Amino acid sequence: MLPIIFLLPIVQLIILVNAATLEMKNIDLVVVDNDLSSSSRKLIAKFEGSKFFNLDEFTFSIEKAKQKLLKNEADIIINIPSGFEKDLFSEEKTKIQLLINAINSTAGGLTNVYATMVISDFNKNIIAENINILPLKSYKKINVLPSFWYNPELNYKIYMLPGILVILITVIGMFLSSLNLVREKEMGTIEQINVTPIKKYQFIAGKLIPFWIIALFELAFGLVIGKLLFQVPMIGNLFLLFGFASVYLLVMLGIGLFISTIADNQQQVLFINFFFLLVFILMSGIFTPVESMPEWAQKVNIVNPLAYFMKVIRMVLLKGSTFNDIKEQFFSLLVYASIVLSLAIWRYRKVV
Amino acid sequence: MNRFWAFVKKEFLHIFRDPRTILILFGMPIAQIMIFGYVVKNEIKDVRIAVYDKSKDNVTREITNKILSSGYFLLSEKIDSDNELERIFKKGDVKEIIVFEPKFAEKLENTNTASIQLIADASDANTANLIVNYTQAIIYDYVKDINSNNSPLVQIVPEARMMFNEEMKSVYMFVPGTMALILLLISAMMTSISIAKEKEMGTMEILLVSPLQPLQIILGKVMPYIILSFVNAISIILLGFFVFDVPIQGSIILLMFETMLFIFLALSIGIFISTVSKSQQTAMFISIFSLMLPTILLSGFIFPIKNMPLVLQWFCYLVPPKWFIIIIKDIMLKGTGLIYVWKETLILIGMIIFFISLSVKKFKVRLE
Repeated sequence: MLPIIFLLPIVQLIILVNAATLEMKNIDLVVVDNDLSSSSRKLIAKFEGSKFFNLDEFTFSIEKAKQKLLKNEADIIINIPSGFEKDLFSEEKTKIQLLINAINSTAGGLTNVYATMVISDFNKNIIAENINILPLKSYKKINVLPSFWYNPELNYKIYMLPGILVILITVIGMFLSSLNLVREKEMGTIEQINVTPIKKYQFIAGKLIPFWIIALFELAFGLVIGKLLFQVPMIGNLFLLFGFASVYLLVMLGIGLFISTIADNQQQVLFINFFFLLVFILMSGIFTPVESMPEWAQKVNIVNPLAYFMKVIRMVLLKGSTFNDIKEQFFSLLVYASIVLSLAIWRYRKVV
Repeated sequence: MNRFWAFVKKEFLHIFRDPRTILILFGMPIAQIMIFGYVVKNEIKDVRIAVYDKSKDNVTREITNKILSSGYFLLSEKIDSDNELERIFKKGDVKEIIVFEPKFAEKLENTNTASIQLIADASDANTANLIVNYTQAIIYDYVKDINSNNSPLVQIVPEARMMFNEEMKSVYMFVPGTMALILLLISAMMTSISIAKEKEMGTMEILLVSPLQPLQIILGKVMPYIILSFVNAISIILLGFFVFDVPIQGSIILLMFETMLFIFLALSIGIFISTVSKSQQTAMFISIFSLMLPTILLSGFIFPIKNMPLVLQWFCYLVPPKWFIIIIKDIMLKGTGLIYVWKETLILIGMIIFFISLSVKKFKVRLE
C-alpha cells in the first residue's frame, strides 16, 4: 500500500504535468493549390515558415484533402482557388478557404487564430511590396505589444503542476481516511472501539490526523518535485500556503469521514466519494477558468472546497499573493471545516 | 448452466440491493455530461479585464467599446496608475489589462502609428495566450475599419469553415470523452473491487471450491457490469443527442459494437487489476490512479496528444481510451465507417486479448 500512496501520485504528477498543454506546435496542414502562381507559393512558404504549422501534403484535389481531414491526418486545409493571384491584383481582394477540424473547439479556435495571423502577416507584406504601385497615402497602424506577466515564456507546466498536485493530495487524503473508517465497520472492529471509553470527537480526530499529515507531507513532496523538475516559481510565502492547505485538508477529510459515517461498506464510500470528487474537480477550474463558467456554476462553487484551494495555491505560488488577498477564501474554508467536522462527529454513532 | 445463472442473479442482487450505489452509478454519467455541457467550457467568454487608458480620447474609447462589445470580455475596472497593475493581478479576478499609451489619437493621426500594450496574467498560460490573441484580432479588425475608406487594399480574406463542429461547441469533445471515462471507471473499477472484496473477505475460496468453474465465476462477476455500463453508454449518447444536439452521423450499429468492445476491454482491465491486488483498497487506488487522471489527460480528450512531448506521445498509445475516443469521434461527429477505424478497432481487440491472457496467467485457484 505504501508505494501506491507515495510513488503513484508522484509518477502521475511528473507525467501528467507534461501532458496538459494546449500549446499548438504541430498543426498538420494540407494545401490545395489550384493557382500555382508566385503569390500562392509565397503564401504557402509563409505557412511553412511558421512555427505552428507543419506542411503535410500538397495536392490539387480538395476531395483528397478532405479525406485526410476525415482520417485525422490533417488539422487544417487551405484551399487556394485558381485565379487567386489574378483576383488579388485586379480586384484587390481575393478569397481563400480554410477548412479546420473543430471537434476540439479550443484547438480548432486556436488553429484559426494562428492561420489568420499568418495571412494577415502576408497581407502586410503585399502592401509593403506594392506600396509604390498603390495609391496608399496614410495607412494607419496600431502596434499591439503583448506582455505576459508572471510567466513570460507561457510555460503551462507551472500552472498545471499546482492544480494536479491539489487533486492528488485530495484523492489520497480523502479516500484513505474515509476508507479506513468504513473498513472498521466492515470488519466489525468498530464495535471494539465503541465499547472503549473513547469520546466521539477523539475517535474522529484519531481517524483524521494521520491522513492529514500524510497529505501535507505529499504536498511538500510534490512542491519539491515541482521546484526541481519543473522550476515552478514559489514567489509567495510557503507557510501561508501550508496554513491554507491544512485548513483545506480538514474540509476534504471531514467530508470523507462524514460520508463514511453514513456508508456501510467500502464500495459505497468509494462511489459516493468518487461522485463528489469528480464533480468538484471538474468545476474547480483546473482545466478551464472558473470565470468562464456560467453564473450559477460559480455559485455552486461556493461549496466546492477544491475551487478555493485551486485558486489560492496558484495565486500564492505564481503571483505571490499575500494573506490579505486570500483571506476571504481562508475564512470561508475555516467555517466550512468546522461545519463538516461537527457533522461527522454528530453523525458518528457509538451504537451498532 | 443453471448454477451459473443463479450466480449471475446473486451478483445482480448484490448491486441492486444497495440503492445508494445504484443511484450514483446511474447519476454519475448524467451529472458529468451536464457539467461538461453547461459548466466546463473552453470558450473565452466574459473574461474580466481592466483598462488603463493614459490617453482618454475618442479613439481609445472606441477601441475599448469594440473590445467590450465583442462578448468575450467584461470590464472589471478602470485604473489610473502603474502601481495598481500588480494589485489587480494579485487579487486574481482580472486576466488582462489593456494599456493605451498617452496621446493615442494624436499619434495615430500624425504619425499613423500608435501602441497598445496588452498585459496578461500568464500564470494560466493557455488562457492568457487565447485572450491576447482574441484582443489582438479585435484591434486588427478596428485597424482594418479605419483604413477601409482609405484606398483599396490588396489583401487575402480567409474564409474559415469549422468542420464537424460549425458552432464550436465544447460538448462535442466532451461526449466521447465522458463515455470513455465513465465506462472505464465503472466497468474496470467495479469489477476489480468486487473481485478483490471476495478475496479480502475470504469468500473467494468458498466460490473456488464450489462446482463453478473459475471462468464462470469471473463471467458471473462481470455480467451485471456489462449491462450497467451499456445502459450508461446509451444514456450518455441520448443525453448528448437530445440536450446538447451532438449528432450521430455514422452507423448506430457500429457505434454500439465499438461501445461493447470498449466495455469488454474495461472489464478485462478490471479483472487484471483484481488479480494483482489483495484488498479492495489496493484495487481501488490502482484503478483510480491508473484510470482516472490518465483517461482525462492522456487520451487526447481535452488536450491534443500531438502537442505533448514525444516520449509522452508514445506513452499515450498504451492508453486504451485514446483509441476509443478516436473511434467515437469518427463515427459520431465525422460519420465515417469501419474503413476509417478498423485499425483502432483492432488495437482495442488486441488489448482485450492481452489483458485477458495476462489475468488468466495470474489468476490463482489455490490458497496462498
